[in-house]
Amino acid sequence: MTRVAVVRFPGSNCDFDALRAAQRAGADAYFVWHRDNDLDRADAVILPGGFAYGDYLRAGAIARFSPVMDAVAAHAEAGGPVLGICNGFQVLCEAGLLPGALMRNAGQRFVSRPVDVRIEGVETPFTASYEKGAIIRVPIAHGEGRYVATEAVVRELEADRRVILRYLENPNGSIGNIAGIVNRGGNVVGMMPHPERAADPLVGASAGHGVFASMMTSLERLKQGIA
Amino acid sequence: MTRSRVEPFPGDPAVTPAMVSEHGLTPVEFGLIRRMLGRDPTFTELGIFSALWSEHCSYKHSKPILRQFPVEGTHVLQGPGENAGVLSLGDGWAVAFKIESHNHPSAVEPYQGAATGVGGILRDVFTMGARPVALLNSLRFGRLDERRNRYLLGGVVRGIGDYGNCMGVPTVGGEIAFAPAYSGNPLVNAMCVGVLREEQLIRATASGEGNVLVAVGARTGRDGIHGASFASEELTAQSEARRPQVQVGDPFTEKLLLEASLELIASGHIVGIQDMGAAGLTSSSAEMAVRGGVGVEIDTARVPTREPGMTPYEILLSESQERMLVVVLQDRVDAVVRIAATWELEAVPIGHVTGDGMYRVRHGTRVVAEIPGGPLIDDCPTYAPEATEAAEAVVRRGLPAPRAAVAPCEALLALIGTPDIASKWWIYEQYDSTVQAGTALGPGGDAAVILVPGTHRGIAVATDCNARFVLLDPYEGGKAAVAEAARNVACTGARPIGITNCLNFGNPERPEIFFQFREACRGIGDACRAFETPVTGGNVSFYNESPTGAVDPTPVIGMVGLLPDVSKAVPSAFQAEGDHVLLLGTSAGHLGGSAYWALVLDHVGGAPPPVDLPAERRLIDLLVYLADERLLRSAHDLSEGGLATALVEAAVGSVYGEDGFGATLDLRPVGPERADAILFGEDHGRALISVAPAARDRAYALAEAAGVRVVELGRVTSASGDIALTLPDTTCRYTARELRDTFFGALPAAMQTPAMGG
Repeated sequence: MTRVAVVRFPGSNCDFDALRAAQRAGADAYFVWHRDNDLDRADAVILPGGFAYGDYLRAGAIARFSPVMDAVAAHAEAGGPVLGICNGFQVLCEAGLLPGALMRNAGQRFVSRPVDVRIEGVETPFTASYEKGAIIRVPIAHGEGRYVATEAVVRELEADRRVILRYLENPNGSIGNIAGIVNRGGNVVGMMPHPERAADPLVGASAGHGVFASMMTSLERLKQGIA
Repeated sequence: MTRSRVEPFPGDPAVTPAMVSEHGLTPVEFGLIRRMLGRDPTFTELGIFSALWSEHCSYKHSKPILRQFPVEGTHVLQGPGENAGVLSLGDGWAVAFKIESHNHPSAVEPYQGAATGVGGILRDVFTMGARPVALLNSLRFGRLDERRNRYLLGGVVRGIGDYGNCMGVPTVGGEIAFAPAYSGNPLVNAMCVGVLREEQLIRATASGEGNVLVAVGARTGRDGIHGASFASEELTAQSEARRPQVQVGDPFTEKLLLEASLELIASGHIVGIQDMGAAGLTSSSAEMAVRGGVGVEIDTARVPTREPGMTPYEILLSESQERMLVVVLQDRVDAVVRIAATWELEAVPIGHVTGDGMYRVRHGTRVVAEIPGGPLIDDCPTYAPEATEAAEAVVRRGLPAPRAAVAPCEALLALIGTPDIASKWWIYEQYDSTVQAGTALGPGGDAAVILVPGTHRGIAVATDCNARFVLLDPYEGGKAAVAEAARNVACTGARPIGITNCLNFGNPERPEIFFQFREACRGIGDACRAFETPVTGGNVSFYNESPTGAVDPTPVIGMVGLLPDVSKAVPSAFQAEGDHVLLLGTSAGHLGGSAYWALVLDHVGGAPPPVDLPAERRLIDLLVYLADERLLRSAHDLSEGGLATALVEAAVGSVYGEDGFGATLDLRPVGPERADAILFGEDHGRALISVAPAARDRAYALAEAAGVRVVELGRVTSASGDIALTLPDTTCRYTARELRDTFFGALPAAMQTPAMGG
């Protein structure tokens, strides 16, 4: 059974959503508390959205010091798939597992709306089941989602084709309309949109299910590769 | 019964007649207190009475009227009197919900006032053992051309958003309106809906002599002292000085408190739990004791405080946020402390349940208050004030129609360009409406529909009140608020099953205000009986007055409906080219009290349309049936702005894409002779539906069989197409672009902010 750890920080609030989306894709998904430093034999890790520690300092700024982040870093180092969604993306940036940072939206307001994003990278464990160039409609909901990075970093991301999700219409002022990226190793993904909120046909949305389906397929391949 | 020696806390002032009056108690009430105690109260006791006998806590002006509401029904698991009402959804699932006002705090400090309003209503729901799944809010402000009102709206929206967003509870709906009467006294009502298993239902009751009272969550500070009393007086020029009484919210702590509370309830270690909300520790402890028929003893010296030197008076009356009072089985205190610690919260024993029925407060060894618990809560006098309709109201209702200074086709554009009617996307875009991944229908439609996690069931929920109708005719207006809420819920396909209400009025000691209150409540009660939607609780907010007068009477209804299969939820907007557009219900062309008169012709007058309750019930039943048979592509209620507003809303789609449709419709068969009466009449009992061609005949036949008039208006045309409306002596034509620009552009323009978010 494919094991997926969903990390809960105090203030995580998309934890159940991520858990259920992973389960719906067939994963044996479970919670790991931020104070644990053991991911309990996870094949993949999800850092869900929310307001870890209330985000009173800066989104993700305190969460990166949680004991669990050492385990997440080790898992990533070993090539294990890691997905950070929204606040989870912010935590990954703060922890140095992804380059750049997420700043306050250009419009200075929290923005909750559906967005159309283009899947530009399909070589990651979380986008592999999409067709390159596919456009999916998924929700965003964030006050600090404006992706920024140095010019050099952005150049590198673009040159290496590591921008994997791009807004068709920029909702927050992100540089280069960037909605999601992957690390150099190709295994750590961060994205601002919430695929887990568009993964249940019962509420009329399934465009985001592919992220979790991709995860399952990729982990299956990874296991076979090892075996 | 032995009584302790009660002593004033050192340094507390002596109780004088002037002080009694400052505490909002009348000489007669003070006399009752002295008789009850057999002595003068201490300053601490005066504070306790002041809070519990405030209008906010005691309902002393409203109780006799509220008793007339229907409160029983097949779904009711918990009616009024608890933190929230609870209705059964079947198969052991239940919904807990409640609406509450935070008007006065929001008037002086909009951001924190609104935020803590949301925090309070969330606690009311999760203390029932329910996980909150949706928030709504009902707002009223003065016109947005006044800078102060834009500031208030901006602050309130940010406050609601920041709190709900951080908590991870989607804000999925609500309503807002603007009228001059709210300028000095905005209304901020927040509603929360939660889901639970019936066996998790827990009540705010203390029981079991020796059981331990434990304070969980944030420490007690000096903020919000006397908030309940503040809520029970009129706003004056001096109200700004009340700013320090507005509490400060911390949604991060609240999120931990939510998780800790649900875990405590599931653990079986506790017998009762209540939020320390209005009147803080005082009301939570006293109400729990009286409900359980027991006494309690609290030691204020053990309550964790934020600052040293707080007196028992301050500790008892603080309204510091994010605190819970829990009654713990005596041998489980350590386990409770451990669970709280997991969630990084303090849990401190501060007292215990006694068998003597007394409400006793010690500070260390000194007893500073000792009051018989039952009389403290139950013996607050109730009042039946005089009720007389204001002469001015009678005149207003009798006013003739204004001169139609604007041609109907132009009037439609003017109407949908008012902040009242225009899209509210600028507001709800700032609210996370999709967290928890269960939002089947979000904001912008008739009612929101939320999935009950782990089931196929949906909960539909809406808040409604047309205050103009209530102002012009309180009885019909009260009925109309319930009817509109029920219609909104039924348009999604859900069966309405119960309501909560937030009754916002002026000073009830004025006969014309009490008349509005009494009549509106009579209307609400009659409508609830007709729809079999019992009242499960709510909140009365009186004294909504500023130096310029009372607010318009605004009894907001929060309606909950049940959709057995959430995949059958019906949206409010057109879905496909070629669909038939049908109008259900009878159109008499009533323009009295209409948005068209008020907002386009600047005339608030006339008699509002009467509500035919049996006809309304037939429409609701029909909509639910049609949805269950999957015959509806869309259904949209007709209310403010009449058929014109409903058509525009159904056609333009969302602000985020060219997902609207055109329509070519002949409105002459609707009934009324005049074009403005067809377009803008606000007769109740109507809905605009669209059906696929294959479903048209069956829908038509079912409507006729149900005794609901049905009129075919035409067809939905191409995506993003134009709209043509044929009227008796003209045809109104609009491009999709001009409708969209007007409908989506009006509110950001009125707020003087850039149109696009982000």
